[in-house]
Amino acid sequence: MTTGVAIVGAAESDLGMTGRSILGLQTQAVTRALADAGLTLADVDGIATTGVGRFSATQLADHLGVVPTWTDSTFAGGSAFEMFVARATQAIRDGQCTTVVISFASNQRSARSRRLGGVFEPWVPEAQFEEPYDPLYPASYYAMATQAYLHRYGGTREQLAEVAVAAREWALLNPAAFRHEAGSITAADVLDAPMVSSPLTVADCCLVTDGGGAVVLTSLDRARDLRRTPVEVLGYGERTTNTSFTTVDDLAVPGAAGAGTDAFRRAGITVADVDVLEVYDSFTITAALSIEGLGFCGPGEVLDLIADGRIRPGGALPLNTNGGGLSYCHPGQYGVLLLVEAVRQLRGECGDRQVAGAEIAVAHGTGGILSTHATVVLGAAR
Amino acid sequence: MTWIPGEVPPADEMTADWWEATREHRLTVQACTACGHLQHPPRALCTGCGDTDHLVQQAVSGGGTVDTYTVVHRAPRPDVETPYVVARVRLDEGPILLTRLPSEPSIGDDVTVAWVDLPDGRALPVFNPTTEETS
Repeated sequence: MTTGVAIVGAAESDLGMTGRSILGLQTQAVTRALADAGLTLADVDGIATTGVGRFSATQLADHLGVVPTWTDSTFAGGSAFEMFVARATQAIRDGQCTTVVISFASNQRSARSRRLGGVFEPWVPEAQFEEPYDPLYPASYYAMATQAYLHRYGGTREQLAEVAVAAREWALLNPAAFRHEAGSITAADVLDAPMVSSPLTVADCCLVTDGGGAVVLTSLDRARDLRRTPVEVLGYGERTTNTSFTTVDDLAVPGAAGAGTDAFRRAGITVADVDVLEVYDSFTITAALSIEGLGFCGPGEVLDLIADGRIRPGGALPLNTNGGGLSYCHPGQYGVLLLVEAVRQLRGECGDRQVAGAEIAVAHGTGGILSTHATVVLGAAR
Repeated sequence: MTWIPGEVPPADEMTADWWEATREHRLTVQACTACGHLQHPPRALCTGCGDTDHLVQQAVSGGGTVDTYTVVHRAPRPDVETPYVVARVRLDEGPILLTRLPSEPSIGDDVTVAWVDLPDGRALPVFNPTTEETS
């Protein structure tokens, strides 16, 4: 199936430690993605972004000198960009706009703006009932989900560490990855790294880097006249489950399930059709729970699924082929870069890390504390 | 526990009764007398049936079990000592609270409420392992 909408351009901003401003990085990402598509800002009538300011899309439109007929600044953390693909697809199909740029950029490493707590406005319930106990946000939530999952199914930290070990193997193949030259790591390296919020160590946690990216969407009809192989939006789905640490009854049950079910149903595919899987890996457990929730295995089986090199380069389930948030880049909201890598894999542009013959890719974002979950199914339209 | 909580925001009209009870070290959850649903934190409606007019704070036993937990090794604010244990405790009555425990537990351990007083007279519920004395 197709939605009739395609991604026609994709690009990263500078990554890592840039010394640049948010809008400077945003501009890099947007103009590079448009150049990749063979389009210009004059073609853009839709803008979706977050993380610029209170009025994110408004701010970016002003900065770029664009007067959009459609914008979206849904703030849902790292999954917002997969949600934007759904919204943009609907807006293009409905005729409200023709050409949408979805973008994000952060300078959090250069600006040293990342905090471990103090994230709640004083008027939300979490400020009264949760923050007083000093959980790390978001690390302690993912840590508690890990504890619950390992306890439920009898898995080990060593098994979970494979997510980080495999991500590093991919990063060694990606010159743009922050850890490209850092060498391989072992499960023991992950376990022996400094503890952050048990059982998660620093090596279970994503990088804190600058970076950003952008993708350009337009109708599939128009996409066929542009320079790149169109990447069709085949399906999408999302779930929003919680802001509180205590809303979700069972932390061992992944919230990704409904999002994946909806996306795969819309696309008319099953997990067996997926050639490349790009899932949010803010923490090792984030990726593991997402893979399980998307239905690549049954409940309690993901730690066995990811073993034996299956998610490493050359494995049967290529996962986070750019090196992921764990070893490539994590600018705070990583979801747009899931899309960029999925597009590049489907176009066959990934060099040493290219998954041969990739036709179907899934990008799955997660935001907050397993709060939001959004899946996009993409297919090469050769 | 050598823990001095940070500043806790003031109660609002939804949460005032919950905080008032903490001054007497009474733990409550919000109950809907229309449908019997229990919830925490307090809200302006019942998430079970949508009713807005039959919500009361109801005393609970103070007993619960450890749902899951983490030992935090990095301080999210200055003046907080690490490591410390943050946990989700499932009250015997059902609702889940985020809280602190004095030491690393096992999932499923029985725990009982205790209190850490705040400078303004309110108190934060924390939990200790249930002993024969407290059960």
